[in-house]
Amino acid sequence: MSETRLMKGNEAIGEAAIIAGCRYYFGYPITPQTELMEYMAKRMPQIKGVFLQAESEIAAINMVYGAAGAGARVMTSSSSPGISLKAEGISYCAGAELPCVIVNIMRGGPGLGSIQPAQADYFQATKGGGHGDYRNIVLAPNSVQEMADLTILSFDLADKYRNPVMLLGDGALGQMMEPVNLEEKSLVPQKKPWAANGLGERTKPNVINSLYLKPEQLEAHNIHLQNKYQNILKQECRWEELSVEDAELIVVAYGITSRIARSAIEMAKRDGLKVGLFRPISLWPFPSERLLTLAKQTRAFLVTELSAGQMIEDVRLATGQMKPVHFYGRMGGMMPSSREIYNQINLIMREKEAVK
Amino acid sequence: MNTKLYERPESLTDVPFHYCPGCQHGIVHRIIAEVIDELGVRKQTIGVAPVGCSVLAYDYFNFDIVQASHGRAPAVATGVKRVCPDSTVFTYQGDGDLASIGCAEVVHAAARGERITTIFINNAIYGMTGGQMAPTTLVDQVTTTSPYGRNVNQVGTPLCISEMLSTIQGARFIARVAVNNPSNMAKAKAAIKKAFQLQNNGEGFCLVEVLSTCPTNWGMTPVEAVKWLETNMIPQYPLGVFKDAGGE
Repeated sequence: MSETRLMKGNEAIGEAAIIAGCRYYFGYPITPQTELMEYMAKRMPQIKGVFLQAESEIAAINMVYGAAGAGARVMTSSSSPGISLKAEGISYCAGAELPCVIVNIMRGGPGLGSIQPAQADYFQATKGGGHGDYRNIVLAPNSVQEMADLTILSFDLADKYRNPVMLLGDGALGQMMEPVNLEEKSLVPQKKPWAANGLGERTKPNVINSLYLKPEQLEAHNIHLQNKYQNILKQECRWEELSVEDAELIVVAYGITSRIARSAIEMAKRDGLKVGLFRPISLWPFPSERLLTLAKQTRAFLVTELSAGQMIEDVRLATGQMKPVHFYGRMGGMMPSSREIYNQINLIMREKEAVK
Repeated sequence: MNTKLYERPESLTDVPFHYCPGCQHGIVHRIIAEVIDELGVRKQTIGVAPVGCSVLAYDYFNFDIVQASHGRAPAVATGVKRVCPDSTVFTYQGDGDLASIGCAEVVHAAARGERITTIFINNAIYGMTGGQMAPTTLVDQVTTTSPYGRNVNQVGTPLCISEMLSTIQGARFIARVAVNNPSNMAKAKAAIKKAFQLQNNGEGFCLVEVLSTCPTNWGMTPVEAVKWLETNMIPQYPLGVFKDAGGE
């Protein structure tokens, strides 16, 4: 059964999580993600699920750790400062290999920052955030529909790899309303023989743990994790591209910024400029290989983000010194207009003309 | 005829405890294991281990264990219990873990009436990190971070967790016990058993505070440590049942 509804991004995540079989939600209020929490407060009791407002983000992520450790599909959500508080717990989830979904509806920072949309938590999401050598799978939707679709995917990937998955949105995506098509999904019960849910018929106790006091054992555990991450890197890179084949300039943007960039690219194309769009959907694993291929055929990149430039580091790493990588960003909750990005495109293209 | 008078409870593994001579963690572990065996709930029990000396509890208990981050055991136990409401879920926490960094988590688990049992080991000091001051450290007690004795003007007075938690409605059973002699051990076992029984009856949050020795970090022999506990700790932390909403 499928149904098209007009929903806020935050609500779409909630309903999609329920479709994915999530019956446990632990959270703490923080703008601009609170609608998701409120949605879960309303919906979970209707389907005999558990909604629990924790005393803090720290408690919420540790409830997630417990519920995931007991084998459940479980989610928490927050916004930037709250994700900082969850960082320790996320590291524990990664260390103990607990599948769980963490939603970050980003707002401006640093510190208390603002409650307006931003993409300044890219480093935190993709490079760790907490302590230790670990990776989250990070997915970045750019529409309300994709917020729903990637939420369902997040639960599947979390279970497939026994790894935390972060859904990285921003205040604009969380708050805006768009039509969303939600399809009921037949759930395949997840087998989790490792879960600590009581011995039952087992004879050997299950232990959920990230402590390895012997360095040889901890190194072996880290090697195991790194092998898993390499596997994820091979299997799970996702991106969208538009008009890149003959593009002289490729704009690289994710999330809400990719929507603005797309309008700017359409304006530039009407002027006859050859401009394409590359949108990473998985921020980790980052689709580096594809970008490297594109670097061989295009003349320059323009990275645009709601930050001082964070994803640009991954674009540079992916493409080496092969082609110039330009940057345009706004910060602190300010959003660029498509005209601003269009102007940047023009500026770069005119410079290219001059050196031709 | 040979009669077996004493044996290892099924809820304990055969891994030797790593605890220091005279430390009372081992006694409390055994009491918990005996209680779980007697209640017949080993196969449905999930323990939550803390950060502290008892971090390796998963090596000793013969049932499922989730190892939690420092202070967060009650939150972790909440997640476990909500997923497995018919299970027996308990946290085992020291005084640094519960009374300092994890104060919010234990208070709110109690406030929610979370159906878990908490065994709280109070030895007035941080053991694992080598003898630092805890919120439960006695006035004038010398530790590595209160080398001139706990100064009330600077760091306040000892935190009485059982008294504090007994004011919370969701807390159904709160008791403070000691394991300094056989009589007190029997009382401790009765309290711990009740704290598990009430959880299994669906009552709510139950906590047993166990006054415990730390000869290594107190700088005493095991015998001196027990005497010090009797002379100094029990007057500060009186034994008894502070709340029993479960009735008899």
